[in-house]
Amino acid sequence: MNETPVIAVHDLTKTYAVGDIEVRALRGVSLQIPRGSFVALTGPSGSGKSTFMHLAGCLDRPTGGVYELNGRDVSRFSKRELAMVRNREIGFVFQGFNLLARTSAIENVELPMLYGPPVPARERHRRAAAALEAVGLGGRLDHHPNQLSGGQQQRVAIARALVNEPTLLLADEPTGNLDSRTSIEVMGIFQRLNAERGITIVLVTHEPDIAEYATRVIGFRDGRIRLDRRVLQRRDAGDELRKFDAQGEAA
Amino acid sequence: MSPITTLSIAVTALRRNAMRTALTALGMIIGVAAVIVMVAIGHGAQSSIESRIRSAGTNVVTISAGSNAFGPVRQGFGNTTTLTPEDARAITDDVPGIDYVSPGVNTRQQVVAEAANWNTQIQGAGADLPAIRAWSLEFGSFFTEQDVSRAEKVAVLGGIARDELFGPGTDPTGATIRIGNQPFRVTGVLARKGQAAMGPDQDDTVVVPYTTVQKKLLGITHLQSITLSVANGVSFQTVSPRITDLLRTRHGLAPEDPDDFSIRSLEEMATVLTSTTTTMTWLLASIAAVSLLVGGIGIMNIMLVSVTERTREIGLRLSVGARDFDVLLQFLVEAVVLSLTGGAIGVAAGFAASMAVSRIMGWTAVVTGDAVLMSFGFAAAVGVFFGFYPARKAAALDPIAALRYE
Repeated sequence: MNETPVIAVHDLTKTYAVGDIEVRALRGVSLQIPRGSFVALTGPSGSGKSTFMHLAGCLDRPTGGVYELNGRDVSRFSKRELAMVRNREIGFVFQGFNLLARTSAIENVELPMLYGPPVPARERHRRAAAALEAVGLGGRLDHHPNQLSGGQQQRVAIARALVNEPTLLLADEPTGNLDSRTSIEVMGIFQRLNAERGITIVLVTHEPDIAEYATRVIGFRDGRIRLDRRVLQRRDAGDELRKFDAQGEAA
Repeated sequence: MSPITTLSIAVTALRRNAMRTALTALGMIIGVAAVIVMVAIGHGAQSSIESRIRSAGTNVVTISAGSNAFGPVRQGFGNTTTLTPEDARAITDDVPGIDYVSPGVNTRQQVVAEAANWNTQIQGAGADLPAIRAWSLEFGSFFTEQDVSRAEKVAVLGGIARDELFGPGTDPTGATIRIGNQPFRVTGVLARKGQAAMGPDQDDTVVVPYTTVQKKLLGITHLQSITLSVANGVSFQTVSPRITDLLRTRHGLAPEDPDDFSIRSLEEMATVLTSTTTTMTWLLASIAAVSLLVGGIGIMNIMLVSVTERTREIGLRLSVGARDFDVLLQFLVEAVVLSLTGGAIGVAAGFAASMAVSRIMGWTAVVTGDAVLMSFGFAAAVGVFFGFYPARKAAALDPIAALRYE
C-alpha cells in the first residue's frame, strides 16, 4: 500500500518504574496499521496490549523507538502537543463509558469540541447532534447517562469519540461491561463506521470472539507481538443481530 | 477554551453539589460579612466622634496657662500666673483672623439652690463664649459684656446643672442660687450639647463672668485659659505662631525659655482621635479577616475532595484533548467562583448586619465602598490562593492513571 499508514511504530519500548522494580511493558514492538484497518489487539493482562494502546493514543510517551501517527513522529512531542493530537486525530472509547454524570448526552458529545479550535455553540450543537444521530441516538439528545442503558451510554461515548472526525478510533474493551446482544450492537456500529467512513479502528479486547469482528488480530504476550493474522471468517454484526432477534422470536 | 465556557463549566460543577457549595461558601460569607460589619462599626465610631468634635467647634483654639519651672521643679499646667486678661485683650487687638476671645477661670464648687444642691464646675468666661462654642440658650439669656466688666454675680446653668438644681425641663431664669455662700442670679439655661469627645459632660456646668470667679470666688487676677475662635478660612497653623510670639514677648521669655502656656485646637484633637479610631477599625477588620482565611481553608479542603472525586472526569477531559492548563484553569475558576459568590453574598449580609447593628444597638455603622472592595478583593485573592494547590494537583494527574481511577 502506497498510502501513509495511520500507525507506524518501530522498535517501540516502554519501561515503568514501580517502586524499585522496572517493569518492561513493551520490549520492542514494530508494526504498521494502514488507513481503514479494523484491528483487534488481544493478549492476556500484562501482555502490553493496553500499554501499546496508551502509546498509540498519545496518552503517554514511549521510552524508546519511534511512533509515527499519520506520518508524523509524535514520540517526542510535548504534553501540550500530545493533547492537541488527542483532540484532533484520536477518539477514545472506554470500557466504563466515562460519561460525565448529570450531563446530557449532547453535552457529553460536545466536550471534545470545547478543547480544540473554537467552535461556535450552534455549530457545536449541530455536530454533536449529527454524531449522536450516526450512532442511532438522535432521539435522546437530552437524556442523562442515568436515563440510558449501558449500550446507549457506550453509543454516546462513541459519538463523543467521533465528533472531532478523528482518523483513529481507539476502543479499550468497549464491550467489557455489556451483555452479548448489546456487545454485538456496539461492534455493529464499529463495523459500519469502518466500512462507511473508512475510520481506522484499533480495538483492545481479551475476548477472542469479539476480536473476530475485526479484519486483523494482533496478539501480544510479554511486551512483544506474538501473533499477527488476518481474520478469515469475519463475523458480521448486522447478520448476527438479525439472527439473534429471529431466535428470540422463535423462542 | 473560551472564558465563558470555562465559567459555565465551573458553575455547572458547583451546582451539581449545591449543598456542599453552599456550606463552603458560608465560610466566605461569614468572613466577608464580619469584615464589613467591623469596618462599618469602626467608621461609625469615627464619624460620631468627628461630629461631636465639630459640635464643639473645630475652629476653637484653647490657650492654657502652662507649667513653669522654678529651677529643677516643674509644675503642672495651669500653675503659672502669667496668663492675664490683658493677654486676652492683646490677642484680640494684635492677632488678625480671630473672631471672639473668652478668658477662662474655672473652679469646682458646691452650688446650692432652694431645694437641692450640686457640686459642679464653675466656668468663668467672657460674654462671647456662646459665640465661640456655638452654644445657644434654652431659656433666658447669656450674661453681657457689662456683667463681665462689673463682675456681676450672674450665672447661666448648663442642662445637667439645671436638672439637678431645679428639676428637668424647668426654667429657673430669675431664681437665685448660692455659690460659695454668695447669691447669684440665674439669667438663663444653655441648650444641651452632650458629652465632649473626651472629658466631662459639657452640660454639667455653671457659667459665670470670669471676673466674678477671679474676684468673688478665687481672689486671683490671672487666667487659667483663653478660649478663642478663629475666623472662617483662617487656619490654626497660621494663628498659632502669632499668638505664641505675642505671648512670649508679653511674658518676657528669653529665647531659650520654654513656653509658659500651651495652645491646642479641637481640630488637632480631632485628628488624633480620628487616627485612634482608624487604628481600632483596622484591628477589628484584621480580626474579622481571620475568619476569611478560615473560609479559604474550607474552600481548599472541598476543592481537594472534589479533585479526588472527579479524577475519572479529569482523565476523560485529558483524553479528549484538554491540556494541563485547561484542567488547572477549570478548578481554579471553580474555587474563585465559589469564593466570589460567597463574597458577594457576604457583602449583602454585611450590609444587612450593619443596619441591624445600628438599629438595635443604636451605634452608627457606616458601610464604606473601600470596605466592600477590600473584602471582595480579599475573597477573590483567597479563592486564587487556596484554589491553586488543588487545581495544580488536578492538572498534574497522569491521564492513564486518572482514567483507571476507581
